[in-house]
Formats: sequence, C-alpha cells, structure tokens
Amino acid sequence: MSQVRVATTINGDAVEYLCEVDETLLDVLRDCLGLTGSKEGCGTGDCGACSVTLDGRVVCSCLVLGAEVEGREIGTVEGIADGDTLHPLQRKFIEFAALQCGVCTPGFLIAAKALLERNPNPTETEIRFGLAGNLCRCTGYDKIVRAVQAAAAEMRKG
Amino acid sequence: MPLDSKLDPATHKFKLVGTRPSRPDGIDKVTGRAKFGADANAPGMLIGKILRSPHPHARIRSIDTSKAEKLQGVKAIVTRDDFKCDDPSQRDVVYNIMAREKALYDGHAVAAVAASSAAVAKKALKLIKVDYEILPHVIDVDEAMKPTAPLLHGNMITANVDPAPKKPSNIAARYEFGHGDPETGFKQADFTVERTFITEATHQGYIEPHACLASVGPDGQGELWVCTQGHYMIRNTCAAILGMDVSKLRVTASEIGGGFGGKTTVFIEPVALALSRKANRPVKMVMTREEVFRGTGPTSSCSMTIKIGVTKAGRITGAHGEFRFQGGAFAGSPVELGAMSAFACYDLDHVKSIGYDVVTNRPKQAAYRAPGAPMAAFAVESVIDELAKKIGMDPVEMRLKNAAKAGTKSSYGPTFNRIGLIECLEAARKHPHYKAPLGPNQGRGIAAGFWFNFGGQTCVSLNLNVDGTFVLAVGTPDIGGSRASMCLMAAEELGIGYDKVRTIIADTSSLGYNDVSDGSRVTFSTGLATIAAARDAIAKLCARAAKTWNIPVDAVTWEGGYAKPSGPNAGNFQPLSLKDIASTAGKTGGPIAGHYEVNAGGAGVSFAVHMADAELDRETGRVQIKRYTVVQDAGKAVHPSYVEGQYQGGATQGIGWAINEEYVYGKDGRLQNAGFLDYRIPVASDLPMIDTVIVEVPNPGHPYGVRGVGETSIVPPLAAVANAVSNAAGVRFTALPMSPPRVLKAMEGASPRRR
Repeated sequence: MSQVRVATTINGDAVEYLCEVDETLLDVLRDCLGLTGSKEGCGTGDCGACSVTLDGRVVCSCLVLGAEVEGREIGTVEGIADGDTLHPLQRKFIEFAALQCGVCTPGFLIAAKALLERNPNPTETEIRFGLAGNLCRCTGYDKIVRAVQAAAAEMRKG
Repeated sequence: MPLDSKLDPATHKFKLVGTRPSRPDGIDKVTGRAKFGADANAPGMLIGKILRSPHPHARIRSIDTSKAEKLQGVKAIVTRDDFKCDDPSQRDVVYNIMAREKALYDGHAVAAVAASSAAVAKKALKLIKVDYEILPHVIDVDEAMKPTAPLLHGNMITANVDPAPKKPSNIAARYEFGHGDPETGFKQADFTVERTFITEATHQGYIEPHACLASVGPDGQGELWVCTQGHYMIRNTCAAILGMDVSKLRVTASEIGGGFGGKTTVFIEPVALALSRKANRPVKMVMTREEVFRGTGPTSSCSMTIKIGVTKAGRITGAHGEFRFQGGAFAGSPVELGAMSAFACYDLDHVKSIGYDVVTNRPKQAAYRAPGAPMAAFAVESVIDELAKKIGMDPVEMRLKNAAKAGTKSSYGPTFNRIGLIECLEAARKHPHYKAPLGPNQGRGIAAGFWFNFGGQTCVSLNLNVDGTFVLAVGTPDIGGSRASMCLMAAEELGIGYDKVRTIIADTSSLGYNDVSDGSRVTFSTGLATIAAARDAIAKLCARAAKTWNIPVDAVTWEGGYAKPSGPNAGNFQPLSLKDIASTAGKTGGPIAGHYEVNAGGAGVSFAVHMADAELDRETGRVQIKRYTVVQDAGKAVHPSYVEGQYQGGATQGIGWAINEEYVYGKDGRLQNAGFLDYRIPVASDLPMIDTVIVEVPNPGHPYGVRGVGETSIVPPLAAVANAVSNAAGVRFTALPMSPPRVLKAMEGASPRRR
C-alpha cells in the first residue's frame, strides 16, 4: 500500500508525516508522532478518550483518517498548557480531584476547553451534555463538572 | 498494627492527614505525559494479535498455522501447544488465556501472532485455520444448574458436598454460612417475604483496554511493561505459566487507566511473553474494546432467592438466602463472598446463606469492586425494604433496629469489632436528602451495604536523600490516588511537608513481594507499612543524631522533622534537620532508610448507606436518577477528596448496573453488545451530582484508624436504585437492569424476569 504525505498543523507547529491510507489520525498521533496523550479507549467513537480539535471542532481522532487532515489545524492535550503555565481547566481538574486514573482526562480537557470557548458561562446541564461524549468510569462526573464550573468562573474573570 | 493508643483519631489533630493536597501524578495526567499500558514502545518491536473463538462451546480438532507462518512479516505464532504448563494451581488460568481441548466461550483465545505491523498480524489471523466441532452451550445460570444442561467440564464434581456427587455437573462448589435455624426464626415472624432476584453480568468498564509490552531474550531474562493492579501477581503467574525463574522476569506497572478488579489477573501478558520469547523481539499487545468485552472478565450474572421474617415491631427473626452465581467458563464466581456478605449488615439470631458457584459458556469472570456483594445486597435490601413497607416502618428505622454493631456475631462467622453501620444510618436519617419532597413519578430508595476489606502482603522502602527529602517505594499500583495518601502518611509521621516525600510504584525487581491492589487494601495496608517504615527511619535518624552528639539514643526525640535532645539533661545541642543528618550520613553509618514488611491483618470492615431518588417515565420506561447521596464509614479519611471520589465512582458504577448495563447474548451464545455504544455506561448527562458524607469510626487495626473505602461504595446502589424505582412505580422490581423494556413490562404487570 502506498503511503500518503500529509502537511498539517498540530498544536501550532507545522508537521509533516507519511501515513497509510487507512491509518487513523489517532494512530498517526500516537505511533508516528509520539503524541500519546490522546488515548484509544474504544476505537469506535464511543468513549471520547481520543478527542482532539480539528479546526476548533471536537472530533474523535479514531474516526478521522490521518490522510484527511492536510492543511487543517489539530489541537491535542499536549498543546493545552502555555509553556509552564497550565490552562485553568488543567489546574482545576487537579485541584478539584476531577481525575483518578487519568486515562479519560485528555479527552475531557479537549471537550471542556471547546465547550467553554463556545459557551463561557454554561449551566450544569449544559456542561453535562457538553461532556456526554466522554466516558469516565472512575469519578461519577461530579468532580469533573465542578472543575469545569470553577475553570469557567475563573476564565470569565479573565 | 493496632490503632495508636496515644492517638485517638476522633480527637487527634493531624497536621496533614485529612487535608486535600494535589496529587503527585496530576500534572502528568492533565498534560498527556502520563504513560499508560499502550504508551510504551521498544526498538524492533512487533505487534501481537489474538485469534478468538466465534463459538460459545466447541471442541478444537486442529489448528493449522502453516499459511500464516509463511506470510511476510509474521515472526511468531503461539497456540495451546506453547502453553503446556503442568502446574495444577495455574490450570484454569492457562486454559483461559489460550483454549486447550475446547473453546469455552465466544471470545476465548485460540492462537496469537506477532508480526512486523498490526496490519500484517491481522492478516495472519485470517490465515489460521481452526477446525471446530460445535457443541451445545449454556449461558443462563439456572439453566446451567439443570442435570440436562450441556457440561463444560466432564470432571467437575461439586465441591463441599458430602457425600460427593457421583456425576459431574456445571456446579463447581457449594458454600454455606450462618448460625441458628432460619425456620425457627420464621415461626417467630409476623410477616415473611420470599422473592427471587436476577442480575445480569456487567463489565468493570475501565476506559483503558489491557495493554503490555513484553521482551524476553534467549537467556531467559524478561521485561514486561503492563497496566495491572498487581505486577507481582503478573510476574509470578507468567513465570509459572512460561517456566521462567521468577527472578528473571522484571515487571513494571504502567499508569493504570482503571481496573476496578478487572486487572487482577492475566490475559494477554503470558501470550505476549511467549510470542516475544519465540520471536526474540519485543512484542506489544493492546486489546481492542471488543476484545475487552468478549475476552476479559465481567462479573457474574446471578439468580438469588431470599426469605426474611420480621415482627410487627420491626425485628428480623430469621433470614435465608440461596445465591446462584455463574462465573463463566471456569470455577471461581464470587458467590462465596456474596453469600458471606449478604446479611452482614444485620444482627441476627437465625441466618443461613447458601451459595452455588456455576460454570457457563461465558468469559471467566474477574473481580469487580466488592465481588459478589452488590448483587447479594440488591436481593436482601429489596426484601428488607418490602418488609418495612409491610409493617409501616421507616426503612432507616427498621435497619437501625437490626443493625450489626460491635459484639455482633456476623452472618459469616467472626464477631464484629468496632464498626460504623449505626453511625452511617443515623447520618443518612439526618441528611436533608432524606426528608426532601419528591416530585411526580419519583420514588426514594435506601439501602445499606457491607464489605470485608482486606490487608495482605505488603513491603515498602522509605529512602532518605542527601537533601533531606524522601522517596517512598511501594509495590501496589496506584488505582485511587494512593501515591498522594502515602505521601501524606509518611510526611505526617516524619513531621515534614507533603511535597518532601515522593512516592513511586517500584518494579518487581526493586522491592519485595506485594499483593495486588485489591480488596480496598492499599490505603490501609500500604499506609500501615508506610507509617511503620517512617517510624523505622525516625529511629535510625535519632540514632545518627545520638552518634553525632555522643549521647545515648534514648536522649534524642524526633519532633517536627528535627532530631532534638529529649530534655535539658540530654545536653544542649542545636536540633538537627533532615538535611543535616542526610548530608553527614556517610560519616555516621551510611545511607538511611526505613523499611517494613507485613502480612497485614485487621483491615476493618466497612459499611455504607445510600439514598437514591429515581424518576420514572411511564410512557418510555426510562429511569432517571434525580438525586443521590452516599454515606460511608472511612475510618479516617486520609485524603477526603479522593475518598469522596471513591464514593462517587462506586455509586455511579452501581447506578449503571441497576438501570442500564448488561451482557446481552443471542441464542447462538454470542455476545451481542461488545462495545461502548451498545453496552452503555453512565455518561455525565445521565447523572446528578453525587452527594457524599464521610463518617469516621476508627478502625482498631490501623494506627490512624483507616478503613478501605474503594469497594463498599458499589454495594448499596443496586438495591437503593431498585427500591427507589419500585417506590416510584408501585411495583417491586426483582430483575436488573431496570432498562426501559423491563420497566415497561413490569409496569404492565408481567413478570420482569427476562427479556
């Protein structure tokens, strides 16, 4: 099978890679580019652990082909912090104990960040539906919702 | 190690224990740096894939791998012929990781390939020819117990029955617990209720599929990176299966993306090691989600019959339970623990539990958080609820009238020490939730739950660094924030800051044996060992100070992180800091470390009381949880946020079990919902906030009074939700999950047993 050459932007950096035509973006990120922060929990778009942003929109990277992202902008968990300054969501997830095992956390952070960019002042219900595409088996979501609420409040203050 | 007499946790002011610092693994987990099972790679690495049986029960006549072997890129293939371990204690484990004469369930591994890429490995699997003779199968526990059922194992004679049965059956064992005579008790009752209950198999549902990276050389030395709850268990089991020296296999536990009991055994690990040994290359194996559902261990499905008698005054006079659990294709369902725990909340004169461990053509069950107890509690707490209604008594009041307390002879034998059920019931009754008004089509349910908790073999090492900081090496994978709680306990003892101790999970070659992180044992037993190791280190630190000052060691005390003369008579010396002592350690006797090794007893049982408000959509049968409160005894909460997290997580898994989750089999014996789309675990929009109340009744078996908290939280929710839905519907629900079709059927008055 001949490989496809792709030029794209990941977390603000220009990246080029070769991938198989049937290779998922998730596999490219993890196996070719060493960005293992995005996790495969199901490979079928049901768990959200592989969530990344594609031109600002949250997608399951296991449902996107590596060959599809030519010229697009991808955001992964590795790009959320600004240098040594954590994003408010990252800080609040730690502070509010919104993570236990942490395997779903990258996906939740990506989804929550996109949610707050769309809606800086979401209600509890809006947060719960905004994050309904991400599965967490450890926390019961309570502390995740509270962390997102706290991050949103802090971000609104600027 | 008993509760410190000088340190009553009820009044003692801890400096750090009970505070909520950030977890040491936090930054790695929010930046994507944390390395989980599938995140490791090695030079020259191959990818391993497993071929699985599509049949629930079939004799394997032959396996032909010749075509697959010839495929370019295939480096090794293993089948049953490569796992000829004759250790009888490993028999079921070996037969489960690779089918022998028969494939015993849909998803049973029959061969595995290591190849240069995942694509080649998958192609090779298709070239392996397995000749199956399909046999009749059985999926349901009650069906499997019938004498006419297809037999899984021709030599299975029910254990613990006297005289032993002459014929084999699918009943692996019978268990019996209790005291008194329930029939006598029922004669004293004003009312009795007898009902049969059903629960379906559910999966632990950890988000991280099993993954490992194995490397074995021709000299027999091996390395294994793996997500597991117990890397020493992995090492010992794999070494036994593969005939390796235990010392030659070093296992490193990765970050673990959830386990809940499901990662307390081996599945792919011995296979990856065998492939690596054969190929002489590192082999990485990662399960797909479908493989996790089909090929790992969910918990049992159950059928249970409960009879309880009660007086008009609310006193339980007798209780009897029969518990029938299928544990998949091999013996070992958690029915023994289910039968032991079923009536443990109550102080009873006449109680008996009988358990049957049954095999069926399903994947071998694995532990799932308080194995066996949630199902048993569902059945018992449903009957208690019904009896309370019958006599017109408040359900908390009725439980208080019968609650187990210190001195109660438990239904499974031992007499309870200091326990906290009454405190939990009182706290539940006082909680605003208990009296809050309900809306239309809503019902409130309450249930109590019990779990044993466990101690077990534990070994820790606490090493002082040159700058006065410490590294604590433990051997229990961190599945609930234990690195944070170990740092808290070590720092509390040493009188230093939380951030002056770093806790790591050592690999199997760096520290003595540790049991698996299970049984809610880590904060209790690794914590106890950490406290003891810190005290060991303090004794050595004091000795070094005494040597430095040239005074007797008993003239030195340890206070706030400093060695000090114990009084004016000891001499006038400036206190020595940890850094002072550490930087001169080379001159006073060499490195300083505290150690402790123990098989910890005294784990201290734990109780919880849950309250659930359920709302029923009478048109669709959909159940929604509108409010939920967990009250649980933690003994002493070392890190309250992480204790709350355990309470909330356990409750949520229980809610999923109660209203949605189940393994669905077709008539062909194949699993029909092996994915997160069709096996739907609760999502954020399904749930309310989960309120928590931490009750602290100190455990007499731990220096700080700690009890395990991880498992008890999943025991009451099945019953609490079922009681809530029953109260909302005005119909008693006896089968889980209460999914819309079942709920509608029950409301129509039909039997809610099976779809």
